[in-house]
Amino acid sequence: MRIAQLPVSVREIVKPIGRMVVFVVGAGAVFSAFMVLLALVFKGSAADRLLLESMDVGILPYTVSILPQVLIDGVTLGFVYAAIALGYTMVYGVLEFINFAHSEIFAIGAFAGVEFLLFMERLGILAGAGPLFAYMLLMMAVLAGMMASGATAVIVERTAYRPLRGAPRIVPLISAIGVSFVLQDLIRLVESLTSGQFHRIFPTFGNFDDRVSLFAFEMKMGTVYVDIQVKSIVVIVAAVLMLAGLNYIVNATRVGKAIRAVAQDRSSASLMGVYVNGIISFTFLLGGALGGAAGVLYALKFTRIDPFIGFFPGMKAFTAAVLGGIGNLTGALLGGIVLGMLESFAGAYLTTFTMGAMGAEYKDIIAFAILILILIFRPSGLLGEQVSQKA
Amino acid sequence: MSLLELEDIHTYYGAIHALKGVSLRVEQGEIVTLIGANGAGKTTTLKSISGLLRCRKGRILFDGKNISSMPAHLVHREGIDLVPEGRGIFPRLTVLENLEMGAYLVRDHADIKKRLEYAFGLFPRLRERIDQKGGTLSGGEQQMLATARGLMSDPKILLMDEPSMGLAPVLVDQIFDIIKELNARGTTILLIEQNALMALSVAHRGYVLQTGNIVLSDTAENLRQDEMVRKAYLGV
Repeated sequence: MRIAQLPVSVREIVKPIGRMVVFVVGAGAVFSAFMVLLALVFKGSAADRLLLESMDVGILPYTVSILPQVLIDGVTLGFVYAAIALGYTMVYGVLEFINFAHSEIFAIGAFAGVEFLLFMERLGILAGAGPLFAYMLLMMAVLAGMMASGATAVIVERTAYRPLRGAPRIVPLISAIGVSFVLQDLIRLVESLTSGQFHRIFPTFGNFDDRVSLFAFEMKMGTVYVDIQVKSIVVIVAAVLMLAGLNYIVNATRVGKAIRAVAQDRSSASLMGVYVNGIISFTFLLGGALGGAAGVLYALKFTRIDPFIGFFPGMKAFTAAVLGGIGNLTGALLGGIVLGMLESFAGAYLTTFTMGAMGAEYKDIIAFAILILILIFRPSGLLGEQVSQKA
Repeated sequence: MSLLELEDIHTYYGAIHALKGVSLRVEQGEIVTLIGANGAGKTTTLKSISGLLRCRKGRILFDGKNISSMPAHLVHREGIDLVPEGRGIFPRLTVLENLEMGAYLVRDHADIKKRLEYAFGLFPRLRERIDQKGGTLSGGEQQMLATARGLMSDPKILLMDEPSMGLAPVLVDQIFDIIKELNARGTTILLIEQNALMALSVAHRGYVLQTGNIVLSDTAENLRQDEMVRKAYLGV
């Protein structure tokens, strides 16, 4: 049965998940192949010799042995980026405007979720939570993050962007940067009021820190075990579900059709009876909620959060959105996955291949170098703006 | 009571006084045309009626209700549909989705289906293109789509802004046949045209607009005979 023959509702569930699988497998295969090739090139080089001396393993087997772990990390990170990137790209789609406060909306989600869990911890509920209940609590934390971020996004649009609609494009952009600072300091204020410090630690509960071993393979240097943290699985599954849900809303529902119509021709849409401001608010709500959920997942994965955590993930997600083609939902997904992989690969291999000249922390340079290169050579992104959200 | 009545409408673009007291009325079942040169205020008049622009002075009555200060999406609810200049097709929605957007306020699926059939009956070409993106249609097909989309809400009045613009002569004839056909089936139409000869040949009555003022109004037949109209707009 061909996909085109399925009813719209089924098609729009099958298609995005299929697309995610293709993107993950495709990006993974390309990056792995590139790395193995690079390792072959480096065979016999100084880096190879250094590795043999210090760890008694050649550069090629070393590369291959950590590859599965690097891929898993890349996918996890990629889905977080994709979920944030969708917030940028959806807003850009309807307003042609970059919401630079989206990174703080992400941070607010992280704080709302973590504060919820900390509150549960104070009530003593967290400690004794069984596995099933732990997942329910996590789901509630994600919901709390989504609600807080969604509401913030809607309020920000109403107060800081809507009055500037029709102003030259630079004006709302500057307003967005201002909002970003305001929100950062607001988080700082609220968090320090209650505890005197403004970072928070994701509480430990449930089995999220456990590791599930996936498979093992034999190499000359010994057996390589590949495992995945439970929380990485949670992050991936949650992100896939949300991305598929968003795709469904945009492509298979009445309000989604209205969003696309407003994005393409605002005045025509209003002539069909669409309340354009309502649709724009709804777009911010969706993008914000997705960013908030990503915030909670980020906190789960990386544990420590402070009011400035939004900046780097936000910038990278923005890069991902541009990489995929800003305004294009599928593009944001692809961009997020590619960027997540890229970062994971750079973080894992940079030190070895440069013999320590460039540490793993240089991975950020690679992400932003990509942004610059894309803007110079392919400003419309990998999939381009022209590609419809539907195709 | 007229279906649509404009009383002394003044509309501005910033400081520019575009409509300087336009008054006109459209009766149930009529085709009324508004002719005039570029910049006379034809499109501005339609935008004022449909709520895309707000008039600063004057009253617009539709079915006896004052709609002068309503935003576009609420005006549409009253039963007014504008087929805009340049067609306003959603380029990345399919033909079907474009049509469905036309019936955005209709919640009853059976109803939507019935109207789709009606639209495809009028424009069989659109059925052939049903899954194609709006932006990939030819100019004539886009005009058909815009018109069909306008009908999807089953409006009490259809406002049409330059439906013949940019079309080959044979397509222009086709579009005007459709306008006559629609009217015969009961749709009231307010039509704006640069192609005054064509417009006057299908309309019952007409208004001549000059730099924001109505300078003449009469039956279409009389306007066609009018010396000034013949010279200025018919080129004879």
